[in-house]
Amino acid sequence: MSAPTADAAHTLRIEGLHASAGDTEILQGVDLEVSSGRVHAVMGPNGSGKSTLAHVVMGRPGYEVTAGSVTLDGVDVLSLAPWERAQAGLFLAMQHPTEVPGVSAAQALAEALALRAGNDSSSAEQLERTRSLLEAEAAAVGLKAELVARPLNVDMSGGEKKRNETVQLAVLQPRIAILDEIDSGLDIDALRACANRIEALTEAGLGVLAITHFTRVLEYLRPDEVHVIVDGRIVDSGGPELAEALEADGYAPYLPQEPDAGVAVSIGGLGSTPAVGTGASGPEDPFADPWADPLDELG
Amino acid sequence: MFTPDLVDALDGSDALTKRRRAAADRAVAAGRPSFTEEVWRYTPIDDLDPAQYAFAAPGGVRGPAGLMSGVDDGAAAVVHISNGAVVEVSVRADGVRVDTLGNGADDLIGTVAPEGPDVFGDWNLALATAPVAVSIDPNAVVTEPIVVHVHTDVEGLAWFPRLVVMAGRTSQATVIEHHTGGDALALISPLTELSVGDGAHLGHVTVQELGGAAWQIANLCSDVGRDANLRIGHVAMGGDYARARIGTDMTGRGGHSEIDAVYFGRGTSTLDFRTFQTHVAPHTTSALLFKGAVDDYARAVYTGLIRIEADASNVQADQTNRNLKLSPNAWAESVPNLEIENSDVQCSHASSIGPVDADQRFYLESRGVPTDVAEALVVRGFFDEVLDALPSEQISASVRRRIDELVSDADFTAAL
Repeated sequence: MSAPTADAAHTLRIEGLHASAGDTEILQGVDLEVSSGRVHAVMGPNGSGKSTLAHVVMGRPGYEVTAGSVTLDGVDVLSLAPWERAQAGLFLAMQHPTEVPGVSAAQALAEALALRAGNDSSSAEQLERTRSLLEAEAAAVGLKAELVARPLNVDMSGGEKKRNETVQLAVLQPRIAILDEIDSGLDIDALRACANRIEALTEAGLGVLAITHFTRVLEYLRPDEVHVIVDGRIVDSGGPELAEALEADGYAPYLPQEPDAGVAVSIGGLGSTPAVGTGASGPEDPFADPWADPLDELG
Repeated sequence: MFTPDLVDALDGSDALTKRRRAAADRAVAAGRPSFTEEVWRYTPIDDLDPAQYAFAAPGGVRGPAGLMSGVDDGAAAVVHISNGAVVEVSVRADGVRVDTLGNGADDLIGTVAPEGPDVFGDWNLALATAPVAVSIDPNAVVTEPIVVHVHTDVEGLAWFPRLVVMAGRTSQATVIEHHTGGDALALISPLTELSVGDGAHLGHVTVQELGGAAWQIANLCSDVGRDANLRIGHVAMGGDYARARIGTDMTGRGGHSEIDAVYFGRGTSTLDFRTFQTHVAPHTTSALLFKGAVDDYARAVYTGLIRIEADASNVQADQTNRNLKLSPNAWAESVPNLEIENSDVQCSHASSIGPVDADQRFYLESRGVPTDVAEALVVRGFFDEVLDALPSEQISASVRRRIDELVSDADFTAAL
């Protein structure tokens, strides 16, 4: 690998990843590779391990990696603390962003940016600069500017939380961003605003791993590749047409109890009805999402 | 230790002396408190060795500014009481009067707490050598704080600070009581009485930053009049054993009280809080928020009682106690209680004890904030709401800075 330069390509490589929560093995050998400027969508049914994948890559406590590797530009991500992973260029936009009473996005990101700039701690100047960056990005996704000074995610609507995740992503400018259900809780305008901002970042080189139940967000994020995860394994990969097939047929063809399981690859596209934006219209309450991964709350 | 004959050596009116003797008799009859009594449960009270202390009032110098730096500059009045004696009284604003023993304070002592509320309260009445009464004239609006510094730096001293605050009807004022001490092994047992006249707005903040060998057994008793508003703040940072028993008696219809406390225990200190929100009159409200952290080997005890008496209908009373455990050897206990004799009330209580929230820490870490910084941010953030609620912005700011210093030096990971 050549020495990194300002516009060097970056690659997150997940190989044979096995991970457990308690006694339950959730990831059973995941292989994925996400590079700069590329958008990968990972879709899967309830309990397939989608959110676990996001959490394990970012290092959320509560999971144990039992086999496999995750590297970013060849660096062993799994040996790093979560904050070191973030400093190395990973970002996780959370499905359910945690409320942090008394701590603003400006305070938190000022600390992160100060460290990245080689300072020990954030200065008043760094805090002010971070606040300005956050306010500018808030405007880009239609989030009220005063929310970036408020305690993180406290008293924010579901939509405001997701916009706030996008704002922080844009300010931190990671190399690879994992978006865990970025579309849940967003109305269509907010979804468009967030997705457009993320797409602009991908054009500037951001690599994206977008975990989602619904193809709706993919209209805006326009994935280069779509992966289907079932029972902790990637069982199919393809282009955007795979998402359309999922939209039409659901995950049934991939599930073991179905007679046609195992011929998954053949469903890609042909003969399927384009149903984007209709069949999978989400429920009003994103957290009552029938697809919600019960393992999300682990850890 | 303390004996009734000590009363005879004290100054004061004959009427006060008579009340002192009666208080001493009550205290002797009550005997020594024991941890087997509910109100002393979880405390080291049985370790109290009276022979370690000598009752006296040697006086001395002013205490250090500490968390009160700059607060005196614009104060409406400043009082220094050191080692049992009043050493300075300075009143700078209209509408404020400060009286001392033999000079107007004698009759005011006991206005709110004529007896008790515990054996130390009775000893306090019997043996208060330097009582101070602060009176706010009716209708007076005193915008700057009235500051009372209470300092103890004589080794082996035992004494009983007493402060009476009389807020006249529809007056407005804030009183800050500041307790300091050096490394002296001393026993300080203050009693503060707050009488909040009808329609008055009174703020009272205790800032306790005693040294690590001091024992403080404090009582605060208050009476909230009709349509009156009392905001109590309590900051506890020091002491080997520091106890505060805080009572609010809601005796006037339409009265409201708030008690907000911040505490941070370190070393081997024990911080002990007993609160009593007593609703006597109907249409009264009270809200209580105690937030604290225990680090090292420190202990914290909170027990609180909301008591609604039979005539007190249309009452709302809330009580919340939250504790952060920052070290595996730190310990906290939280016991909320309700005693309700009227069905037309709304009461709530909540309490928690736990380490730094792992999800909050992970969220900040996932943004690139190092673990120790993330934990420090979470701890600071934990205190944010209660610091905002203290009835003195100057104190909020200085305590916030102190907590910042404490958490930026600490390593909490071991507590998880």
